[in-house]
Amino acid sequence: MGKSVYARIVASRIRSQLAYPVSFALDVFSQLLGQSMELLAILVIFTQVTSLGGFSAGEVVLIYGLAATAFGLADLAVGQVEALPDYIRTGELDVLLLRPLGALAQLLSADVQLRRVGRVAVGLVTLAWALRDVEWTPLRVVVAVVAPLAGAVLLSAIWIAANCVSFWLVDGREVANSVTYGSDFATSYPITVYGPWLRRIMCFVVPGAFVAYFPALALTGRPDPLGFPDAVRYCSPLVAAAMVGVAALVWRTGVRRYQGTGS
Amino acid sequence: MRFAAIIAAVNRLRGAVASYDVLSPYPQLVRAGFQRFSTYRQAALAGLATNTVFGFLRASVLVAVLAQRGPVGGYDIAAAVTYVWLGQGLLNVVNLWSDRELAGRVRTGDIVIDLGRPWDLQTALLATDFGRAGYAVLMRLVPPVAFGALFFPFRWPERPVTWVLFAVAMALGTAVSFGIRFLLNLSAFWLLDARGVLAVWGTVGGLLSGLILPLAWFPAWAQAVLAWTPFPALFQMPIDVFLERGDPLAVLAHQLFWAAALFALGRVTLARGSRRLVVQGG
Repeated sequence: MGKSVYARIVASRIRSQLAYPVSFALDVFSQLLGQSMELLAILVIFTQVTSLGGFSAGEVVLIYGLAATAFGLADLAVGQVEALPDYIRTGELDVLLLRPLGALAQLLSADVQLRRVGRVAVGLVTLAWALRDVEWTPLRVVVAVVAPLAGAVLLSAIWIAANCVSFWLVDGREVANSVTYGSDFATSYPITVYGPWLRRIMCFVVPGAFVAYFPALALTGRPDPLGFPDAVRYCSPLVAAAMVGVAALVWRTGVRRYQGTGS
Repeated sequence: MRFAAIIAAVNRLRGAVASYDVLSPYPQLVRAGFQRFSTYRQAALAGLATNTVFGFLRASVLVAVLAQRGPVGGYDIAAAVTYVWLGQGLLNVVNLWSDRELAGRVRTGDIVIDLGRPWDLQTALLATDFGRAGYAVLMRLVPPVAFGALFFPFRWPERPVTWVLFAVAMALGTAVSFGIRFLLNLSAFWLLDARGVLAVWGTVGGLLSGLILPLAWFPAWAQAVLAWTPFPALFQMPIDVFLERGDPLAVLAHQLFWAAALFALGRVTLARGSRRLVVQGG
């Protein structure tokens, strides 16, 4: 029953966006362009150097492709969580909490921004290009398929947890944004370019390194310059699952703490 | 009813009012712009978090590039790091994103009220924007730059006069950015919804104006093309003035030219756009 309600809501959101095809096409185009900018920046950087943080152009593009695909999928699935600060500030969250449906699911399905397929498209095309050099083994095929999905789940969980900051701060949007878009940027480069502290944060606190860096190591089969054991590069799904647990905990704590914004 | 008639009437009225009004409204609008944005102190603090995170990440990438080989395009590590932190600070001073108000007022028709007021709309908005930029210098430029200078190698200006030139370059960069934003917002007169146009600028603008990477790192042909556009006036040029790269007067001349050209273009566009405006009802 519940499932069909969400399906119907999402379908109606999608239909409404397709009602204005020109505007929709422009929107997709701008998302496509937006996602391509960092790729262009990477290509510009490689007109100046032959390797970045010990990785070749092809390898960095592979990392970017994995990160961009994961980001695009996550943005499509849970990008709407960005609206949480508005729901809290206006008190609209009360309405969601009163309905006999999950508040988070309602929030996420309130608007599905189909234009974000533009981002996914850039990620997939880049990924396909970067994967052509891979020496395929059955395990690597699994990694290539699972990594973007696990990365998307991981990023989704991080964003939901980050946006929960709004339960404690009145205007937490920018703080959450720095995590959301910061993670997009940070995961697009090999973590070897960051200093030791940023790297530790990305491996153990906000585990962005598992979105693209470690899967890329698994796909290219190169030794980890940071000396992590080989098993780590296959851990993305586990880390994603753990992060989902953390996000669920943070969300529940936030909702329990929520008292409304007054009359 | 054609809107031009109202404007003509207002212009006549304005002549009458101006002779009584000793104070021009524009200095007050600069102050109002400053005060309006200083209301959102918590938002400014939160925004600093984003600037700081991106400053850290971008500086790391540039440092990694420079560690690989010596200076690129004349930027050593200190200059590149300074470039990144100034860029993050200037982002909110020149205001690359988040300026959709005018387009919204065109769409809803509220622009009629703005046009009817006894001021020059374009000058009034520019004055308000300068006020906003002034507040952004204090709250959004100084902290990230101080932060970057504290934790990274940093290149401060060697000549005292550079501070003055940098302030002018920043003001002119804001004026050029305003000119671009004003034109994009006015596209709502024809498109009704300027969101797509503004979104495209929001994404492309950062790369073309030198926010994401110094333009000197681009291939020579791209640099040659961009030198003919107003875009470097936003980030590349003020930062180069700060870093004392190249001739600052040539930079200011380029900025001044584009600020004036875009202002004139905006004026013509506003006039043509408001001629399209049809006010319904009595």
